[in-house]
Amino acid sequence: MENILDREKSKLAGDAPALRFITCGSVDDGKSTLVGRLLYDSELLLDDQLEALKAESKIHGTTGGNIDFALLLDGLQAEREQGITIDIAYRFFATKRRRFIVADTPGHEQYTRNMATGASNAELAIVLVDARKGVITQTLRHSYILGLFGVRHIVLAINKMDLVGWDSDRFQSIVDEYCTIGARLGIPDITCIPICARDGDNIFSRSERMPWYVGPTIVEHLEKVEVLTELGNLPFRLPVQWVNRPNADFRGFSGRVANGVIHQGHAIASFPSGRVSKVTRILTADGDDEIATEGQAVTLVLADEIDASRGDILAPADAAPIIADEISGHIVWFDDAAMIPGRRYTLKSAGRKIGAVISKLKHRVNVNTLDQQAATALSMNEIGCVTINLEGPLVCDPYRENRETGGFILIDTINNHTVAAGVIDSARRHAADVKWQNLNVDVSLRARIKYQRPCVLWFTGLVGSGRSTVANLVEQRLCDLGRHTYLLDGHNLRHDLNRDLDFSTEARVESVRRAAIVAKLLYDAGLITLVAMLSPLRVDRQMARDLIGDGNFIEVHMATPLDECERRDPGGLYQRARTGDLPNFTGVDAPYEPPESPEISIDTTGQPPEIVADRVVAYLKENGYL
Amino acid sequence: MFQELTVSKPATESHEDKVGRMSQHLRRLESESITIFREVAAEFRKPVMLYSIGKDSSVLLHLAMKAFYPGRLPFPLLHVDTTWKFREMISFRNQRMRDLGINLIVHVNEEGVARGINPFASGSALHTDVMKTQALRQALDSYGFDAAIGGARRDEEKSRAKERIFSHRSAMHRWDSKNQRPELWHVFNTSLAPGESMRVFPLSNWTEMDVWDYIAAENIPIVPLYFAAQRPVVTRDGALIMVDDERMPLKSDEQPEIASVRFRTLGCYPLTGAIRSTASTLPAIIHEMRSSRTSERQGRLIDNDAAGSMEKKKEQGYF
Ligand SMILES: Nc1nc2c(ncn2[C@@H]2O[C@H](COP(=O)(O)OP(=O)(O)O)[C@@H](O)[C@H]2O)c(=O)[nH]1
Repeated sequence: MENILDREKSKLAGDAPALRFITCGSVDDGKSTLVGRLLYDSELLLDDQLEALKAESKIHGTTGGNIDFALLLDGLQAEREQGITIDIAYRFFATKRRRFIVADTPGHEQYTRNMATGASNAELAIVLVDARKGVITQTLRHSYILGLFGVRHIVLAINKMDLVGWDSDRFQSIVDEYCTIGARLGIPDITCIPICARDGDNIFSRSERMPWYVGPTIVEHLEKVEVLTELGNLPFRLPVQWVNRPNADFRGFSGRVANGVIHQGHAIASFPSGRVSKVTRILTADGDDEIATEGQAVTLVLADEIDASRGDILAPADAAPIIADEISGHIVWFDDAAMIPGRRYTLKSAGRKIGAVISKLKHRVNVNTLDQQAATALSMNEIGCVTINLEGPLVCDPYRENRETGGFILIDTINNHTVAAGVIDSARRHAADVKWQNLNVDVSLRARIKYQRPCVLWFTGLVGSGRSTVANLVEQRLCDLGRHTYLLDGHNLRHDLNRDLDFSTEARVESVRRAAIVAKLLYDAGLITLVAMLSPLRVDRQMARDLIGDGNFIEVHMATPLDECERRDPGGLYQRARTGDLPNFTGVDAPYEPPESPEISIDTTGQPPEIVADRVVAYLKENGYL
Repeated sequence: MFQELTVSKPATESHEDKVGRMSQHLRRLESESITIFREVAAEFRKPVMLYSIGKDSSVLLHLAMKAFYPGRLPFPLLHVDTTWKFREMISFRNQRMRDLGINLIVHVNEEGVARGINPFASGSALHTDVMKTQALRQALDSYGFDAAIGGARRDEEKSRAKERIFSHRSAMHRWDSKNQRPELWHVFNTSLAPGESMRVFPLSNWTEMDVWDYIAAENIPIVPLYFAAQRPVVTRDGALIMVDDERMPLKSDEQPEIASVRFRTLGCYPLTGAIRSTASTLPAIIHEMRSSRTSERQGRLIDNDAAGSMEKKKEQGYF
């Protein structure tokens, strides 16, 4: 009975929103054990859950038949079988004073992206270390990500104190080491607590085995901590999520207040347009409000017919966000395929999606030393500082001023993977002074005086597949037909435009990017443009297609098989590659990804190039290009 | 009882009173859920909201209406009817849809009906698979919905605790639990390849207690079966099963008992266990909940089939 009453009280956790925190650190440091303890000791484990846990501990447990708390959190079959945590688990508990939502994050480096997912919405993080091992690489990596994502409160829980004989010196030396790092990462609040998660020492109740420790227990600290926000004083931001137009008389801009406060009657502007108006109503389903504050989901009605749409940001005109076409920031790379500058992705931030190219990798962060390192690529789980060029205006703020308008993700345009998460350090409008001159003459006018329809024919294929020969013949035939053309041949470009580039993967990405941009200019000039380039990777060709526009881009795959190309062996290149004389040779020791659905695909084996060229011209006629 | 609940707020009550009644905690959850609804409406070509008539669906519907107020819902509702729901659920559903003037699609797996699938003869696993999981896939495919909003919460079950708010499904409706998309801040990656879809859970961060507190704070109508009343029940495999209609075959030694019971969750009546209770008002239910020592899923017979069964069902397309 007493038990029940306690429980009842413990669920009356007051009015305040739940504190959201994560547990992180390396594998086996005791994250799951700690969270299990918190749930168990707050008596939120229900009878049937406890029974199930006991039964499972006997089967999969690592604690010799005792309750294995890790099993409580490892909710996926694969996790229980392999005894590892793959993804975050969200758990809910409450004490008399506060509600909590805790996310237990995986410790393996491989699953860093899942830890980052947890960190991005956390107000506090418990970083666990094993007292025997102290601060190790994963501790640093996770702490770096916490600092990057602006988690201001860290609890360093030094666990397994039983295994170091409850030694206060050991505790202190880890504390000293970690606090130095925390200061470098700019984390304002670090609290260090020695614990034994398995037995519950210093979790809910004070440990009698460590009388030398006089600070708070984990739960005391969690109950008390006041979440720091510097955001209160920052200017109002409302990213428009949805334009509410039930009828012609009503137009409201719906979204969640990302920052600051707005009053009914106050002036406001919409960005990027910069049009100014006044808030006439702050609408909620429960009636109108006079004021809206951070975190509230509202609908604003403005005095003037401003044409704001999703992805625009409402903000005061005198404290405007940045309208940028170039951003600088740090990214955490998530994808199996490495990040190579020059590729095109979709950037998503506060409801806006924009084509984006990572133009420069300024440095990589060595998480062991926290130093900057020169690098040409980022592999999975690496962190780097980059410059990103945007194809349209992004309305944003530095992340340190606003989590909602300063954080972004990058999405692969082909497989839709979330390849990276990033924070904006600074943003600028590169072309602010060099204003884009609206030209009166455009591609259609230029094309009309040439009496032709411009397009880009992109020839891709292995060395010896017939790219250059066929492209050359096609251009001849088009000229015979009185068309205005230009041929960009990869071999020739190496003498001028691409002379600074070698055959590394990074350089190939860049060479294709440059060729695509020049092709686009020539297309704009109204020319039928031919590009003959090996261009082995699908993403790069897709980038070119996106840049030029789907209907104007004709991918011609010279699908001659490798055997045949090698038999032809122009210039003896294959032979040199086979003997190791030419490393990174496409088809031999570098990959060629054939197009999945090219407009034209021709195997030239046993065919004279003239016939092949005729087929390309025939395609252009049949499809209305000629 | 039910009458009392649907009484709308007195006209004299001001907005301030109302906000005062709802805790900061609930207000934050509410704002977050509304944000998720708006994101779905803005980002997907053809979204749908699953409406399963239970308390979570009631809360979901309430939040959806708030998200788009004063506009109407920008998506239809879909009820996958197994034909074995409690009768009171169906009449509640029909009444609600009439009152709110909402477009509801009801889908039944007619193939399953023709095959005579039912929870008594076919067993709970097969019944659930055919009449719920397969039926849902049929409905999503035939209408071409690319996003389906559901009321699942992370506190319900271990594999749910692992799931993203925007949860990606392959063209075969499979959940790749070991390779979920990272989900940063409130920036959701909603990109889909043809045939793929998204399941979206606006109540992810709510607990069962939050749902009850919110129902009380907002006066949200719910099916009367949640309140204790005298009902005919039999005990089977340790669960109290209500004899809801004449389709329930009684064994020769079974004699329905009239007991004061209520339900914590609602589903197919032959698969949903009642609890003995006298809590016939919202405050009484909330009081009882606060001292409960079992989880709500205990009453759902389908979850006890095998450990990890929910994950398996989800991987195959169960909501
Ligand atoms: N001796 C001792 N063992 C512990 C303590 N905390 C956790 N462990 C054990 O360390 C192992 C790893 O714990 P777990 O919680 O799964 O680590 P995680 O990978 O960080 O989630 C388990 O076998 C635990 O029983 C502790 O305080 N003392």
